[in-house]
Amino acid sequence: MRFFERIAAIDRRLIYLALALSVLIPLLFKMVLPTRVSEPVRAAYRSIDDLPEGSVVMISVDYDASSAPELQPIYLGILQHCFAKKLKVLVLGQWVMGTPFGELGLGRIAPLYDAVYGVDYVNLGYRPGYRAQMVGLGREIRDFFAVDSRGITLDSLPMMAGVHNYNQIDLLVGLEAGQAGDEWIQFAGARYGVDIVIGATGVVAPDKFHYLQARQIRGLIGGLQGAAEYETLIGKPGAAIAGMVAQSWAHLLLLAFIVLGNVGYFVMRRAKP
Amino acid sequence: MKKEIPLAITFLTGLIIVVTFFIPHQPLGTMQQRLLIWYSIVLGFTMLLGVDSLLRSNLKRLVGRTPGWPYAAVLLAGFAFTLAAGIYNWATTRSLLTLGSPFMFVYTFVIVPLQATMFAVLAFFIASAAYRAFRARTLEATLLLVTAAIVMIGRVPVGAELWDKLPVLADWIMEVPQMAAKRGIVIGVALGTIAMSLRVILGLERTYLS
Repeated sequence: MRFFERIAAIDRRLIYLALALSVLIPLLFKMVLPTRVSEPVRAAYRSIDDLPEGSVVMISVDYDASSAPELQPIYLGILQHCFAKKLKVLVLGQWVMGTPFGELGLGRIAPLYDAVYGVDYVNLGYRPGYRAQMVGLGREIRDFFAVDSRGITLDSLPMMAGVHNYNQIDLLVGLEAGQAGDEWIQFAGARYGVDIVIGATGVVAPDKFHYLQARQIRGLIGGLQGAAEYETLIGKPGAAIAGMVAQSWAHLLLLAFIVLGNVGYFVMRRAKP
Repeated sequence: MKKEIPLAITFLTGLIIVVTFFIPHQPLGTMQQRLLIWYSIVLGFTMLLGVDSLLRSNLKRLVGRTPGWPYAAVLLAGFAFTLAAGIYNWATTRSLLTLGSPFMFVYTFVIVPLQATMFAVLAFFIASAAYRAFRARTLEATLLLVTAAIVMIGRVPVGAELWDKLPVLADWIMEVPQMAAKRGIVIGVALGTIAMSLRVILGLERTYLS
């Protein structure tokens, strides 16, 4: 009976330690598990892969540091895919605290593909009023972004010549840690018919499945697992594939603690007079 | 007049926004774009209000030495340092996002680790809370527990290693029962939003005036 008493009341510090180890050990030993690619991620991949060279992909970086471990690997994977396919990348952000992530990703990936600023990619940065902006971009991008994040007028950037509104955007990729994804779908997708792919955190992704089933979005990359699947598809293993092993062990540990807690609880309850 | 004028402005603006959204032709299209730009500018100023409120409340705490004043001091120092780095960036490169600049240094090595740590700590609390609170006391709780366990394990690579049908089962839960429930919620929220918007436009809902 003492055993069950103990497993019904494990010290929380022991739980913290076990969780820390379950995350640290797979990362330190660079353990790898095979990644199964799901259909929503494959559809997202195909949406980019099927675009002809020179197509413009708009990427909205709508997250900050708290969600970056899940969404930055998706962003980096998509950037690699776009630059490898010689697509033009137009980055903007709806979260003021996350705007630097757009630049950090471009700074890391663009040099690997000899992509040139203003020719192959442009970072518009952030402007307040995201719903208004999403509707307004359908008429003229320059009404909201007279200059890019570097203070350069859009008209002086070769890539932006002829890019004025959604008619010249071949695909919109929303990387979402909150509500902005719904707004992109409702305003850019429903009103202007823009093709949209959504990358979302594990918490937000379930909110987007109905858009996928209704074909309001072309593909869905959910959480770190989605990022790992995307890395598998582009053949560039990175932080997501490594992170998923740690996440796998953390989930298994969590489940084990829940089972232990329940076993202890029921045995103790039965033992009570 | 103190209430009538704001109500009239709300009614007219709401009406114009709705009409221009559905009729994008001239002159309504141009009018809509102008209103959207105004909205964006106004929202920019609300950020300034937020900064003003944050600084005022923390300055008051610091000057009055109320409990927790050292936190206010750290916040104000952090604000001043980040602002100085931002102004320096803007003055030298005309951009806040120049890689390797002081502002990006503060962002990458102070703001990001702090914010990420705050969020990562949640994992430990979730683990502890799940162990203590996730009990199969009732049929509903048991259903939730079993479903959560399948989704948790089925959506990570180790799930397929344990049983190859586990990911299929997790996908089915996400795409059928989860989606059905979510659709109901989304439809309810959408109807509620329309009703609330109409109430605001028609002046029936006036709490925003107080």
